[in-house]
Amino acid sequence: MQHAPAVHQAETSTGIDNRKLLMWLFLASECLFFGGLIGTYLLYRNRSEGPPFPTDTVYNGVPYSGVFDIPFTSISAFVLLMSSVSMVLALAAIQRNDKRGLRAWLLCTALLGMTFLAGQAFEFTEFYREGLTVHSNLFGTTFFVLTGFHGAHVSVGVLILLSLWVMALRGKISAKESLNVELAGLYWHFVDVVWIVIFTVVYLIQPT
Amino acid sequence: MAGAALAGRPVSMVEAVRRARQAAASYRGIWSWVATVDHKRIGMLYAVTAFTFFLIGGIEALIIRLQLAQPAGGLVDSDQYSRLFTMHGTTMVFLVVMPLSAAFFNLLIPLMIGARDVAFPRLNAFSYWVFLFGGLFMTASFFTGNPAGGFFQGKLGAPDAGWFGYAPLTLTKFSAGHGIDYWALGLIILGVSSMAGGFNFIVTIINMRAPGMTLFRMPVFVWMTLVTSFLIVLAMPIITVALFQLMFDRTFGANFFNVAEGGTPLLWQHMFWLFGHPEVYILVLPAMGIVSEVLPTFSRKPLFGYPFVVFSGTAIAFMSWGVWAHHMYTTGLGSVANAAFGVSTILIAVPTGVKIFNWMATLYGGSIKLNTSLLFAVGFIAMFTVGGLTGVTHSIVPSDYQQQDTYYIVAHFHQVLVGGALFGLFAGIYYWFPKFSGKLLNEKLGQAHFWLMMIGFNVTFQPMMILGLLGMPRRIQSYPDGMGWGLWNMVATVGALAIAVSIMVFMVNIVYSMIRGEKAGADPWDGRTLEWTIPSPPPAYNFAEIPQVRALDDFWHRKYAENESGVPVPVVAGGAYAEEPHGDGHGIHLPSPSFMPLIAAFGLPIIGFGFIYDYALVAAGAMITLFGLYAWALEPASE
Repeated sequence: MQHAPAVHQAETSTGIDNRKLLMWLFLASECLFFGGLIGTYLLYRNRSEGPPFPTDTVYNGVPYSGVFDIPFTSISAFVLLMSSVSMVLALAAIQRNDKRGLRAWLLCTALLGMTFLAGQAFEFTEFYREGLTVHSNLFGTTFFVLTGFHGAHVSVGVLILLSLWVMALRGKISAKESLNVELAGLYWHFVDVVWIVIFTVVYLIQPT
Repeated sequence: MAGAALAGRPVSMVEAVRRARQAAASYRGIWSWVATVDHKRIGMLYAVTAFTFFLIGGIEALIIRLQLAQPAGGLVDSDQYSRLFTMHGTTMVFLVVMPLSAAFFNLLIPLMIGARDVAFPRLNAFSYWVFLFGGLFMTASFFTGNPAGGFFQGKLGAPDAGWFGYAPLTLTKFSAGHGIDYWALGLIILGVSSMAGGFNFIVTIINMRAPGMTLFRMPVFVWMTLVTSFLIVLAMPIITVALFQLMFDRTFGANFFNVAEGGTPLLWQHMFWLFGHPEVYILVLPAMGIVSEVLPTFSRKPLFGYPFVVFSGTAIAFMSWGVWAHHMYTTGLGSVANAAFGVSTILIAVPTGVKIFNWMATLYGGSIKLNTSLLFAVGFIAMFTVGGLTGVTHSIVPSDYQQQDTYYIVAHFHQVLVGGALFGLFAGIYYWFPKFSGKLLNEKLGQAHFWLMMIGFNVTFQPMMILGLLGMPRRIQSYPDGMGWGLWNMVATVGALAIAVSIMVFMVNIVYSMIRGEKAGADPWDGRTLEWTIPSPPPAYNFAEIPQVRALDDFWHRKYAENESGVPVPVVAGGAYAEEPHGDGHGIHLPSPSFMPLIAAFGLPIIGFGFIYDYALVAAGAMITLFGLYAWALEPASE
């Protein structure tokens, strides 16, 4: 949301806006950040020395039921994916200077993001009740830190969306400033894509 | 201004902030430095701060050397010794060499590409303040890190697990005080600073070049800054993840490195060195860039094989991602992994060697002006070659098995980081000091500095090679008599004292030259790049008119043509010192000064303290940072 990139530089050498380039670079470095977390999760997958386990497991001859509720998490993943659609619609709206559309879709995106976060909070609480903590075993450690950092990113995204929404309510965003929305969108889509990877790697692909 | 309203004196606070902003805008007093967004001033702040940390890190090194001068030394106990060598390494890497390089990026990049500032001036100020606060946070650990006793009870705080912080040494079980907490959180904060700087310089170099400044007309230093910045923004996130994992283990009882729960300390080593090896090149590539500017100027020849130097630097950066496990040969990765990483490590010597030959070929046949700057640059080539070759001996797995954890390793990396990076940075200081101070550094004192440092450096670190081959392990606080290590340790300590004297000569030189130094014109060295076209020191707006670039070494070609046999002859029109036409810079809009980067940065160490002492501080720090960021986003960038 930073304004005016620099000293009255009319054009950049590449024609790409400074702020957009900055956002792409930031996302590139975020790939390494989540890469490190996901790599750690994969390294420690199936290596917990005791329950709770993600899925139904027989450990030392004792059967344990898994903590994952795949249908529930699938729905919250779907909610997050739909928020990307509304983000696209928000940007499309302001690019044709439809300020009402912008306000509606921004709020919609933020609400969908908050729904996802609420789902994550619910899920964390459930897992905690079943004995899974950051301390309990390797699965707890890697699961909570990975999904927790993703949740923190979604929260920052919601904060940005709500800030934009307030600006939009005050009529401060027009087609000329659509880049603000575009940048928030880049970040939001990235966070979504990361969730697709996490959802696939952590929830869907289970070692047999 | 919400904070002002809360304070109950809204009018006066707002007024005070407005006045401070005005004072800063008109470049007066202390506020003009606190609120500055000028890349040159930020560069100077970086340089002075990093040099101060250099003195602190140097004192730590001297205590280490005095302790080891004789067998069974009794100056510090083993606990204090561990804290000293940890802080020495951490300080020199993260608080000295990286920010000194950042100082050069800040001072030079906009000038070299013909821009009025970096792409994001306030983000640039933010980088500096985060660096300063992160450095102070880290250093504060000395006084608060060990709850068992204060500084004067002989119980230093500070981290104690080495600059590489190997798990499980860093876990609460083996490092009880808060030292490692300060270390982990401090490095996370410093990472924010480096990454913000990295993003800024990539965007600046890609997007802010003057018309005609194509990528392959950029000075090599600009190239190396670009490459280094990419390494920074891609390597820092990895160490950040590892540091978060360490913090979670220590603060919240997570199991990342907890062997009892199935965790593996090797994860830390992989993460640390996956960052750590690119980091080595983050430290040395800027120095290589500096040397690539200094050598052509004082040889009065273009850099030999410019594209080769550029592509070698890029190749080094790519390959630096595939060599990390050579730090881990003895951890039992297996012979296939060891062989693969051995080969990749040998290969990375190739582009490095290409550069060394290019530098030598640049000197060959030139009309050489052997002043302090060039001495340091040539010293860099010689010392870095020794450092590089000893590095190649480490890449051979069976040889490394013998050298692992000995003083040979210590000698090697000081050879590349002092003889390499630091010599290169000093070459740059002597070369560009006149540009930013308007005064030439004294040559006699400069040469005394160089020779003292060169001799002191070799007397310090070559004996360590011998000590390593004699089997002296690193990180030991004392050694018994009769090991045959006493003589060489004493020699090394004498050398370290000589380096200390040379640094004092350097400081005297700076002060003396600032006061009584010879005035430098715009172009004291008959330079080749754009920064020499503008007055020394440069005006706030840098270029009265944005230059039009037509060639590599554009300024040189404006001053000289070549006769039939390739000898440069001055261009008659305008003469050898043709300067850009200088307007008075009237009507040039500069970015407004801002306090918001400082405020946003100030919240970060408070969050850090919060994780160590009281979670309420985490919330307070986050509020401060959030306030700073929002006010930053809402204030106009220029008025």
